[in-house]
Amino acid sequence: MTSPAMIEIEALSKTYVMGEETVTALDSVDLTITRGESLAIVGPSGSGKSTLMNILGGLDRPSRGRYRFEGEDVGGFSDDQLADFRNRRIGFVFQSFQLLPRLSALQNVELPMIYGGVSPGLRRERAAALLQRVGLGSRMGHRPNQLSGGQQQRVAIARALANQPDLLLADEPTGALDSATGVEVLSLFRELNTEGLTVVLVTHDRGVADAARRRIAFRDGRVIEDVRS
Amino acid sequence: MSRAPASEIIRFAAGAIIAHPLRSGLTSLGVVIGVAAVVMMTSIGLGAQKRVTDTITGLGSNLIIVTPVQPRSGGGVMGGAGSSQSLTDSDTEAILRQVDGVAAVAPAVNGMAQVTAEGANWNTSVVGVTPSYLEARDLVIESGRMFDDRETRQGRKVAVLGPTVATQLWGEADPIGKRIRIRGTPFEVVGVLGSKGQSSFGRDQDDIILAPLETVRSRIIGRRIKADSVQTIYVKAASEEELTLVQEEIDSVLRAEHRIQPGEEDDFQTQNLASILEASRAAIGAFTVLLAAIAAVSLVVGGVGIMNIMLVAVTERTREIGLRMALGARRRDVLTQFALESVALSLVGGLVGLGIGLLGAAGIAAIGDWPFALPTWSIPVALGFSSLVGLIFGAYPAWRAARLDPIEALRRE
Repeated sequence: MTSPAMIEIEALSKTYVMGEETVTALDSVDLTITRGESLAIVGPSGSGKSTLMNILGGLDRPSRGRYRFEGEDVGGFSDDQLADFRNRRIGFVFQSFQLLPRLSALQNVELPMIYGGVSPGLRRERAAALLQRVGLGSRMGHRPNQLSGGQQQRVAIARALANQPDLLLADEPTGALDSATGVEVLSLFRELNTEGLTVVLVTHDRGVADAARRRIAFRDGRVIEDVRS
Repeated sequence: MSRAPASEIIRFAAGAIIAHPLRSGLTSLGVVIGVAAVVMMTSIGLGAQKRVTDTITGLGSNLIIVTPVQPRSGGGVMGGAGSSQSLTDSDTEAILRQVDGVAAVAPAVNGMAQVTAEGANWNTSVVGVTPSYLEARDLVIESGRMFDDRETRQGRKVAVLGPTVATQLWGEADPIGKRIRIRGTPFEVVGVLGSKGQSSFGRDQDDIILAPLETVRSRIIGRRIKADSVQTIYVKAASEEELTLVQEEIDSVLRAEHRIQPGEEDDFQTQNLASILEASRAAIGAFTVLLAAIAAVSLVVGGVGIMNIMLVAVTERTREIGLRMALGARRRDVLTQFALESVALSLVGGLVGLGIGLLGAAGIAAIGDWPFALPTWSIPVALGFSSLVGLIFGAYPAWRAARLDPIEALRRE
């Protein structure tokens, strides 16, 4: 392997204080992710996979250990730096889509570009192209409640791609979809990965995990399996 | 600095307000009422000031009023208020002879008296004057004539009636040449005054009888005052520019007449209408401020209403806030969005309240035959205050929104 590491995680731990108990969500995790990889993080609930995703996406900070992204120490970022990091580097796809109901598909896709300071003209053009790309060119003016679940998730994917991120982070992206639409969404991720985008899927579904070329299994905050297919 | 342009944050805030028109309307209502109340109160107060100004200047703005006062120092027997009789006919003479720039000098005494005529009777103010009283007080004769200087000197029993007295005693009939009895003394009616209407304090200025100074002094007021004493000397300055100068000259002439040593207190005072006007304006101004302050309390109540709804909005939109943060919104962006939302709610309320307040004030002015005054400063102040209310009461909800943990927020159902 000669490809440069995009993400380097060393001895990363995350502990929460819940009442009088201290819960260890991640226990000294080491992980390297290379640009262009497609990776599935699997494990039962409470295994620490969501915590890892939150730290990878810059929504949370590690308690101990190092998280470097393209050489930058994300673990030491300020709140504003993390916001910019999420805006520019990360594209999030959530299980429940998380579209703003008042906004049209196009406006939802524009949202990250607004926070990224992209000019209105360019923003609209790029959002339209992305919706075209995910097959929703004829649905741009629709509100989320006028779209099916699969269409909503595709709007969310277009939104995740808006600022041309380095990493696409998807948390149970097919969890709220029927199996046929789930397959469509997964094949979209595969296409994006083939085009060079690094994709990390978090799932407890083996079938979804099989869509990725590398699978990491978590239990009790530790990596118990790391296999490439 | 945030990378998201302010115009976009304003659009987010406006979008949220427009999404719930009824709720936004009700939230703003408190500020609407508050601003409307403040604007209405200040406008009415200003209208009242204007009316007082109009009526007082209607009395004649060049007028100087000289009245006796009891010097506080000086020892001896202290009389009751107004009991001083320090002004006399010789003072009137002295002013007439020595003060320049004087258009008219009119001494006056007055008292309340019962007036009877052909069975009708009326209680009114009887003023003993000289013919120059008309010019000093800007009065006109509607019918008949004014008594002349000779009649005044001789103390003839002639009277000029105010229109109210004429109507009370004779109705529509012409009173000229008729006889009336004032405190039992018969007088001949020689004239009727033109109407002056109500004074600013609600007193009927037409409810008056003028009679020669000598006659009133000796027949009506009688032994209660010295034979040459006057209660008021009205001095009309020839022009407004000379008013202060004339007033100063009267002061020095009277001090000399009364042999008041330097450092001793005057036993008289001179007032011009400008100073009386100033005093009543200040009184109404203070009253207006008081009313506006009471009205401003409802503005604060409106602010509390906004804070309440904004806290609800932050709770309802926790997921939206989490999502915006995940997509790259900085805490400052979220803070600005929610702060602008409450400022906008409050500002729109302020605009509507301003409109309602001005309409209300105009309506009250129309009904009450009151001059409508638009306080020009009320527009920026109303809008500034309502923005401030939105900012102050929106700050805490906005701060709460900005402090949310994005992970927790996204998990919220």
